Amino acid sequence: MTNHWNDLQHTDCALIIGANPAENHPISFRWLTKAKENGGKIVSVDPRYTRTSAQADVYAPLRSGTDIPFIGGMINYALENNLIHKEYVANYTNAAFIVKEGFDFNDGLFSGYDEDTRTYDKTKWAIETTEDGKPVKDATLTHPRSVFQLMKKHYSRYDIKTVTAVTGTPKEDYLKVCETFCATGKVGKAGTILYAMGTTQHTVGSQNVRIYAMLQLLLGNIGLPGGGINAMRGESNVQGSTDFGLLFDNLTGYLGAPKATVPEHATLKGFLEKETPVTGYWSNKPKFVVSLLKAWYGKNATKDNEFGYQFLPKGNKNYSHINLFNAMYKGELDGTFLFGTNPVVGGPNAGKEKEALGKLKWLVAIDLWETETSAFWQKEAGSNPAEINTEVFLLPASASFEKEGSVSNSSRWMQYRWKAIDSRGEARPDLDVIHELALKLKKLYTGSTKSADKPFLALDWNYGSGDEPDIDLVCKEINGYDLKTGKLIAGFGALLDDGTTSSGNWIYSGFYPEEGKNFAKRRDNKDTGNANYLNWSFAWPANRRILYNRASADPSGRPWSKEKEVIHWDAAQKLWVGNDVPDFKPIVSPTEPGGANPFIMNKDGVSLLFAPTLNDGPFPEHYEPFESPVPNAFSNQQLNPAVVIIEGDFNKKGTKKNFPIVATTYRVSEHWQSGSMTRNQEWLSELAGHMFVELSEELAKEKGIKNKDKIIISSARGKIKAYAMVTKRFKPYNVNGKKVHQIGMPWHFGFKGFATGDTANRLTPHIGDANTMIPEYKAFLCDIRRAD
Amino acid sequence: MVEMNLNRRQFLKLSGATAATLAVVELGFNEKKAYAKSKEFKIAKATVTPTICCYCGVGCGILVHTKNNTVVYTEGDPDNPINEGKLCSKGTTLRQLYTSEKRLTKPLYRAPGSSKWEVKDWDWMLDTIAKRTKDTRDSSFVDVENGITVNKTERIASLGGAALDNEETYLLAKLMRGLGVTYLEHQARI
Repeated sequence: MTNHWNDLQHTDCALIIGANPAENHPISFRWLTKAKENGGKIVSVDPRYTRTSAQADVYAPLRSGTDIPFIGGMINYALENNLIHKEYVANYTNAAFIVKEGFDFNDGLFSGYDEDTRTYDKTKWAIETTEDGKPVKDATLTHPRSVFQLMKKHYSRYDIKTVTAVTGTPKEDYLKVCETFCATGKVGKAGTILYAMGTTQHTVGSQNVRIYAMLQLLLGNIGLPGGGINAMRGESNVQGSTDFGLLFDNLTGYLGAPKATVPEHATLKGFLEKETPVTGYWSNKPKFVVSLLKAWYGKNATKDNEFGYQFLPKGNKNYSHINLFNAMYKGELDGTFLFGTNPVVGGPNAGKEKEALGKLKWLVAIDLWETETSAFWQKEAGSNPAEINTEVFLLPASASFEKEGSVSNSSRWMQYRWKAIDSRGEARPDLDVIHELALKLKKLYTGSTKSADKPFLALDWNYGSGDEPDIDLVCKEINGYDLKTGKLIAGFGALLDDGTTSSGNWIYSGFYPEEGKNFAKRRDNKDTGNANYLNWSFAWPANRRILYNRASADPSGRPWSKEKEVIHWDAAQKLWVGNDVPDFKPIVSPTEPGGANPFIMNKDGVSLLFAPTLNDGPFPEHYEPFESPVPNAFSNQQLNPAVVIIEGDFNKKGTKKNFPIVATTYRVSEHWQSGSMTRNQEWLSELAGHMFVELSEELAKEKGIKNKDKIIISSARGKIKAYAMVTKRFKPYNVNGKKVHQIGMPWHFGFKGFATGDTANRLTPHIGDANTMIPEYKAFLCDIRRAD
Repeated sequence: MVEMNLNRRQFLKLSGATAATLAVVELGFNEKKAYAKSKEFKIAKATVTPTICCYCGVGCGILVHTKNNTVVYTEGDPDNPINEGKLCSKGTTLRQLYTSEKRLTKPLYRAPGSSKWEVKDWDWMLDTIAKRTKDTRDSSFVDVENGITVNKTERIASLGGAALDNEETYLLAKLMRGLGVTYLEHQARI
């Protein structure tokens, strides 16, 4: 989130798309309700009329997988009706930049496409620069190759008629959304966009988020209270676990990871030169990388050995979830650790993921429960135990209140959890298990002189002498030290690239600035101004609550409006001041170089309406999902041309002939993710006890299905049984004059726990987004029929 | 552990950065009168510990009441500015994470080809896991690839971690990358 939960109360309009917070983030809704009481509007855009829709001022349905047309049309509407915040756009985005000659867009393809590799040569999307490397600009935004004009041209194709024919949204509903949300382009108003997995779990997921951000920039809504682009996280610490680098392609704090396929990455010097931009805040990257290496390799990280850079693994491919299971399926993996995760229910094409587990030699699962995944070898799972030779180690884990530590919510607030009680039975905190495993491994490798064992032996692992690790030492290592004095570092501004500082995660540096002061533990809930609660917990980075808040003021440093003030330039004090920590160097005046550039993480200090960095194009463009019942109305490119397609048995593809119905998955309030945490509890199991599939009255009539009938849902990957829930919340779409049905189902169920049921993900495909490889769970094809 | 005679809200406000666990003997209202004729109020003399909900990313505060080595009650933390004491259905039932009969309480092992779990002790489990990890790492380790130092194993994967604490995710990432694991993924992807 750029903003935070409490800040939602300040919005004039919340556009909720690809998310259903009333059910999935229920307590967030009290702040949206408050916004309504303050006169704000709620707009809900969803394939299904949800409980969020029921609370909205405006509801508009869209067919799953058509966010880009929906928002692209809003961009066109805002431009055509002159509703954008022009001064913001001209100064704070790259709208004025000139794109190099040769850039082109033709029939769904941008310039630089290679059909054989399904990749783009991104150098074909470059910005024109002056001799000293600065972007060439046209402040009037009229140059035909300016980003502004190219964008205008691109989205002129997204007219209301074409858009609604693709999304299936009734025209009057669509216009109401455009009107209501684009009204926040006015100075003094702020709109927020709230999204979740309904946005990201598509083959165009990254571009879905991108186009939301573009609309927000055009309306001048980023950096303001009640504004921003806000991802609602589904797990208590999925923010933190991402921040801490539990994804193959990122070390902690989004520092990237060295690759064997990039020749420059062979050395630390080459890696830093290649990956560090000359300008913008990321120009400090070497300080963060070297400080991380010092945190990990301690005294074994010296100037002479590139601070231990060579100890880090260098991958040569994409190791993300789908590819991981494909490798496992092919027998390329021997062992796997699972820390509180249940892919046999939660993974895409889950039947294949279950089969893949049987190819492992060993599997370690640490969990509170026996899950469908740790039990994949059992008869209940449809397996024959005698044929499965995987050794399985199932370790009992402590619950969140049986241990201490911090979690980071969607607002980036790092809140501490104290230990309330000893762990149930022999359960142990994951921290202890990871620590003891590391110590046992260290012992096994002790004395080895093999070069292959050097990297692990060099890993610094000192968390006290007791059986359990001293969590305080872990916290302090994350924050970082001045290694010359041995004192804790006050924040990432003090980190250096010469090996004299350490920090395990630079973006968190400053949460523990002195002995005894772990700011995650702060509980002062006095409102410090505009509900930012600066003394409650700690928000990364630097305790900042609203990111890009420099953009809440005009280039001269005055707030665009009194109503939406965050920080302003105080000429007397020569300081940026306000009710939040400035997202800016506090002493740089508006007239100094860079003083009017709020997007400090980008090399030119402005935000990117044109982003030559993504794999599938500098502007979001509509492509149909991997499985779709209709041709793409915008071009002859049916599917995102940059997605990786895994062919064959691992990912069978369904056709509209056999599977004419669009399907999506969703969640209910009473269950959480794969259900292992909630289906193993009595009350929640009783509240939501059965797997069901929701369908429209029209589809039910066509198929002769009545409410509560047992039905079979099938896709190219598998079939499942569920109860039919016939409602008015789904309606057939009119897509280019053709009737298209959509159904939806919860993905929480499996065969373990009190509440059991078939697993929705037996139906979903193994295809991912072109940038992130996030699976396309939210739009696939199926068919349904009565079970009897 | 501290024991004080002050009400919960006062205490939690005062507690600041210190560990916030104490026995609550007064709940800000006179429970003695209300329950004078019934058995002792269930959460009188319970220990109250603030926590953050383990489910979605909102981060609601919850108070966990413990007594006689069990969780007797949970409620929304009125001092947490995000939820101000309110909770959803999942947050409300947090207690059952402790009390559910389905909780795993012992390490379990399944041998190749076996159709059942066997109870094992922690030491045996972690020793064996460490051995398996070392064997796989040693037999699959690649130190140089195309002339570039790569120090990796591509035959071990680690998945999950979105429900772990920050400190745990930090150690997990450090250990796995330290071993050379490249298949490192978690729920942010799915």
